[in-house]
Amino acid sequence: MADTIVSTTSLTYAYERKNILTDIHFELARGSFMGLVGPNGGGKTTFIKIILGLLQPDSGTIYLFGQPMQQFKDWSKIGFVSQKANTFNKGFPATVFEVVSMGLTAKIGYFKRFTAKHKEKVLRAIDQVGMRDYANENIGHLSGGQQQRIFIARAIVSSPELLILDEPTVGVDQENVQRFYQLLHELNHEHGITLLLVTHDTGAMTRHATDVVCLNETLHFHGDPKEYEKQTKQDLSDLYGHPINSLTHEH
Amino acid sequence: MIADFFEYDFLRHTFYTGLLIGIIAPLLGTFIVVRRLSLIADALSHVTLAGIAFGLFVDKKFAIGITPLYSGMGFSVLGSIFIEKLRAVYNAYQELAIPIILSGGVGLSVIFIALADGFNTDLFNYLFGSVSAVSKQDFYLILAISVIIVTVILVFYKQLITLSFDEEHAVVSGIHAKRIHFLFIILTALVIAASIRIVGVLLVSALMTLPVAAAMRLAKGFKQMMLFSVLFGEAAVMIGLITGYFFSIPPGGTIVLASIAILLIAIGKKRLSYHSGGIAYGSK
Repeated sequence: MADTIVSTTSLTYAYERKNILTDIHFELARGSFMGLVGPNGGGKTTFIKIILGLLQPDSGTIYLFGQPMQQFKDWSKIGFVSQKANTFNKGFPATVFEVVSMGLTAKIGYFKRFTAKHKEKVLRAIDQVGMRDYANENIGHLSGGQQQRIFIARAIVSSPELLILDEPTVGVDQENVQRFYQLLHELNHEHGITLLLVTHDTGAMTRHATDVVCLNETLHFHGDPKEYEKQTKQDLSDLYGHPINSLTHEH
Repeated sequence: MIADFFEYDFLRHTFYTGLLIGIIAPLLGTFIVVRRLSLIADALSHVTLAGIAFGLFVDKKFAIGITPLYSGMGFSVLGSIFIEKLRAVYNAYQELAIPIILSGGVGLSVIFIALADGFNTDLFNYLFGSVSAVSKQDFYLILAISVIIVTVILVFYKQLITLSFDEEHAVVSGIHAKRIHFLFIILTALVIAASIRIVGVLLVSALMTLPVAAAMRLAKGFKQMMLFSVLFGEAAVMIGLITGYFFSIPPGGTIVLASIAILLIAIGKKRLSYHSGGIAYGSK
């Protein structure tokens, strides 16, 4: 049996008496690159927030790295790149180095200092996303695609085993989207980081992911991307309410 | 003239106190500005005024020697806790806490001032600052507060900047946002109480924000901005204290004008370097 690092059983979440998520049974195996797709308002972001402990489910259980969520403490094992990464305060006077360092804050703790070893880690993460030349630039002066890379560097600097990304390509131009998927591929293959990527981009998903999950209040599909592509486009059209093309999403 | 500051005891205490608040107000101010809480500092300073008025009133009516600085600090800390509660209640309208606290502070002040039979010089000093009002006791209290502020910022620097930049990320990575935020607002209350002797209630928030606004124009990163803010804050306090003493003007006014002058120079310098091919701002 594959090593499962995230699993949920009978997960249900309601907001103002409307069910957002109903009876979700979900498993994420170590080493996979999972795409989480589904229509707007289908509960993708809510699901992610529950896994990250930002929202409390109404019922159901969550296991992270084999531990019940209530007992899970080692949050540095999980890196997160949020949707908000493209709406942050662009006037914030921080350098790329300072922003990526923030990814180590919780791991270092309160009374320990930022050492040369930490500095090396930060520079390596910046290097990994191909932004070495920009380490001392102000984060607000970079392009959307470059900022996105910096937020990935911040997420991976603590050497997480799982990286969760919530629609990270929104607001990033096409050319950078290609480089972005290349980077995810490297993180997954060369560094063995398990990926959970929320996206609208079903085309890219079928090309890059090892697993696809389709979520619209309940789980509609959980399996191989090829299968997903083959499977009844009609079903998905019904789900979305309009015909679906496996094309890259235009922004 | 500058020699006066070392010759007379009361001036020496003022001078040292000025040096201290020139460090702590802009230092904490960097976090206040990037978290967009500048107006909260203003609201808290008015609550501090209520505390000071309360202290003066109790002292006058019941002859219980409450040091107004202590009662001011007490009110300020209580006000900061109240602001946090209000911001949680009005989650989508967090700025509502500002007019509520600010008007509450001024309202209470008016009542205590009236009960204490109106204005006196002491109160005037608290409003606009004073070169001669810093007692030895005040100085030691402010020294203790300064040591606390600098220590806490050194220890929690990483958490404070991480939380200020992106609260969601901070929470996900396991930082106790609520605790750090609470600590931060208490520090703000303490800095305000400490600075009031020199700059006065009405202008204390200026010393926390104007040097930072100037530093922001010139600094590349956050640490650099902190350094510049403190340098500008010190310069403003020194220039303000000396000219205030020389012209017998409350130093609150001269310190704020010195801060504005520094700010204008920083803006001018930035424009100059922009036109001569400096870093292209606004490039995305």
